[in-house]
Amino acid sequence: MHAVDVDPETPLLYVLGDELHLRGPKFGCGLGQCGACTVLMNGHAVRSCVTPVSEVKHAEILTLEGLGTSAKPHPIQQAFIDEEAAQCGFCLSGVILSAKAFLDRNPKATDDQIREALAGVLCRCFAHARMFKAIQQYAKTRHI
Amino acid sequence: MTTGLSRREFLTGSGALVVSFSMVPLLEPLASGQGQFDTHMSHIDPTRLDSWIAVASDGMVTAYTGKCDFGQGMYTAQTQLIAEELCVSIDRVRLIQCDTSVTPDQGTTSGSQSTPTNFNSSDLAQAAATAREALIKMAAPNLGVPANLLTASNGFISVKGGRRVSYGELIAGKKFNLALDLKAKRRPPSEWTVLGKPVPSLDIGALMTGQSEFVHNVHVPGMLHGRVVRPPAVGATVVNVDEGSVRGIPGLVKVVVRQNFIGVVAEKQTQAITAAAQLKVVWTTGIGLPAQKDFYDYIRKQPSRDVLMVDSRDVEQQLAQAATVLKATYCHPYQAHGSIGASCAVADVRADKATVWSSTQSVYPTRAGVATLVGLPVDDVRVIFVRGSGCYGLNGADAVSFDAALLSHAVQRPVRVQLSRADEMAWGENYGAACVIDQRAGVDATGTIVAWECEPWSASFGGRPGYDHPGNVITGALAGYPPQTVAPQAASQPTGELRNGNNAVPSYVGGCVGGKCGGTGSVRSERVLTHTVNSPFFTGPLRSPLRLQNTFAHECFMDELSAHAKADPVAYRLRHLREPRIVDVVKAAAQAAKWEARPSPKSDLRRGQIANGRGIACVAYEGDNGYVALIVEVDVDVESGRVQAKRFVVAQDCGPISNPAGLRNQIEGGVLQGMSRALSEEVTWNDRRITSTNWSSYHSLPLGIEVPAIDCVLINRSDVEASGAGETAITVVAAALGNAIFDATGARLRQVPFTGARVKAALESRS
Repeated sequence: MHAVDVDPETPLLYVLGDELHLRGPKFGCGLGQCGACTVLMNGHAVRSCVTPVSEVKHAEILTLEGLGTSAKPHPIQQAFIDEEAAQCGFCLSGVILSAKAFLDRNPKATDDQIREALAGVLCRCFAHARMFKAIQQYAKTRHI
Repeated sequence: MTTGLSRREFLTGSGALVVSFSMVPLLEPLASGQGQFDTHMSHIDPTRLDSWIAVASDGMVTAYTGKCDFGQGMYTAQTQLIAEELCVSIDRVRLIQCDTSVTPDQGTTSGSQSTPTNFNSSDLAQAAATAREALIKMAAPNLGVPANLLTASNGFISVKGGRRVSYGELIAGKKFNLALDLKAKRRPPSEWTVLGKPVPSLDIGALMTGQSEFVHNVHVPGMLHGRVVRPPAVGATVVNVDEGSVRGIPGLVKVVVRQNFIGVVAEKQTQAITAAAQLKVVWTTGIGLPAQKDFYDYIRKQPSRDVLMVDSRDVEQQLAQAATVLKATYCHPYQAHGSIGASCAVADVRADKATVWSSTQSVYPTRAGVATLVGLPVDDVRVIFVRGSGCYGLNGADAVSFDAALLSHAVQRPVRVQLSRADEMAWGENYGAACVIDQRAGVDATGTIVAWECEPWSASFGGRPGYDHPGNVITGALAGYPPQTVAPQAASQPTGELRNGNNAVPSYVGGCVGGKCGGTGSVRSERVLTHTVNSPFFTGPLRSPLRLQNTFAHECFMDELSAHAKADPVAYRLRHLREPRIVDVVKAAAQAAKWEARPSPKSDLRRGQIANGRGIACVAYEGDNGYVALIVEVDVDVESGRVQAKRFVVAQDCGPISNPAGLRNQIEGGVLQGMSRALSEEVTWNDRRITSTNWSSYHSLPLGIEVPAIDCVLINRSDVEASGAGETAITVVAAALGNAIFDATGARLRQVPFTGARVKAALESRS
């Protein structure tokens, strides 16, 4: 639980980055178009760059670093580590958290449904192939 | 955070200090792990071993490199190199990248040059080899055995099967005080145990769990937030700034105006955003822009700087005698780096010194630019590289570093500047150049090429700032420093060896003049005349600069010549290539793809909705800096014009491979980035300004696409020098896709990107 003194219209991203010094969510576009700022709000993937902090109220916000650590990564992070599914890594909040939120809600999703869920997520280094494999690997663990 | 040591402390300090340096854990943010500003080390001498390597009394190795990692894997590969040459495990090496106070000036990390520079017989590799041999020499008296009977292994120098002494005991934290030994022997690839092995990115755990520090995460005590106000139109200049329009905005610290550079500084980021949006500025209307639809004709009509890259002086004669002369023109648009993160930098400029945290690929040149902009001697400016979002040449990192410096200079406090997406895409970065390329070739009665002429026009303005041209990126230009422009000049006849390695020259030529020959191909009659004209927009080196545009034209035209000859495109290429390394990648790709030898297009063009086909393209990067062949299989939806790549097969030879895991990642990323650029990316503008300012107007293929299979064939050669590998595969993607579309449908795409509408138009114009 963090208390911050900011304008209620402040986008959540700036609170997380500037006030709380979290590193996971990144400023990509400020328009909700790329996904780099994604966090989970009560388990739903939201774009923190276009979410006013006033909308958060008492919701639980989970960032990429809150999901797991290097020593103990979350299974989806482990899948990304196994597949070496990144280059610069700037987009990872969008890729990992969007996929996790979708698969947690739709554990039996098909590949096409996963693709549809990722239609608004960008990676400009184009590590797409490995990222999709990592997501499939995580999806398999959800099937069991 | 002051856990690290400055270079000065290191250079004058004891071993104990170096130990404390080495105790900074890997995950410690590099920026804050490198100590406070207190040093003037612009004179770090690259000929001295101590400029590159330090060994602490506990044996930990610290290496200093001027080549940085922005996603391409240089951090891990260079760490492997040091571990290999010094015979220690990877976790005994700490690599310090690109900090003007502690690392040697290696210019810019670019152009697929980091591997050739640091992995062959100079610089970092040679430093590590020198250090190993120096330790062995030190051990000889210690162990009472001649140096030639000693070996280095796992941090110890040993007598075969017997006594040993650790590096830490030998060096005891002292300096080597030696020159780089250009004769020090590199460890041969056949004995490599760390280099050449597939090592995952060393920070992968931190990266995947959001713990890695990016420049966007740098926080300096007392830091303010800045935003810039860019002109509303290309060439617009400031008439008036109404500072009263932002008076009363909470937290606003200052409005900064310097000629046409405008920025605001505030306590909080949202306050800076509000102030930047509300600030009333009167601008001139700008220069007006040429219509985009006529732009390729426009380029041809501009005054140009012409260079005759190669001229065997017999092309007209050969073309006159040829059985057939074929011509085609290819067009490539401006494309954006479009880094996923809009660029960010932090600067702390004071009266007597400045520090900039930047994701620039060029810390020393950026230092020079900052020094010019804020009026300090270069030695009083420190630029520290901190990773940014992936960069493929010259994104907004240099411009935003200058922005931060100017704003911090104005308030004499640390300022963080975050560009907006539109700042980045319309005004932050230097685009890959638009090109129009004319091809003309003569073939004999058997279809063999007898002469090849290529005439490309490309648009250029600004570029890398280097040490002397801060105006080559937008910020410097707005602040009053002129960008480099094209001075029109007629071509003169080339003298000496033909420049067949130039990116405008096809791989299939190998002309001779006065007995001097070059090139990777067999076509003896060649002429390449390049024209560079002034661009209305800033341009720069986008992976792979001009090589990609020209290769699109060369490799598609080669396919057109092959189709004219009714020859198989692979066999036809092999018929005109003579350099074994490019021949080998073509053969390896064809074999791995199970290439069916036949001419393109397919003889059985069916009337169904989905047409499938395959295409090939290859290149000798810069003539000799890496070789690649790419085969792609595509489905073309003839109703919508939509192109779906199904499978890529890449064969690449970059000499001895430093890290096959990193190489595969680079190849895969390059291929898919190339696909996005070939199928959908194009910078757009209206009569006044850029209109592709975000991801709804600049089209990048998202994660949700059907990702084609990518098979990599890595040709590992230990008998040649190491080449670059980051820009090779992307260079051939547009051409391979265009050739595959032709194979599937008989429609030839000569303009990138191959949008559905453009493919449909090409399908409809088939005879």
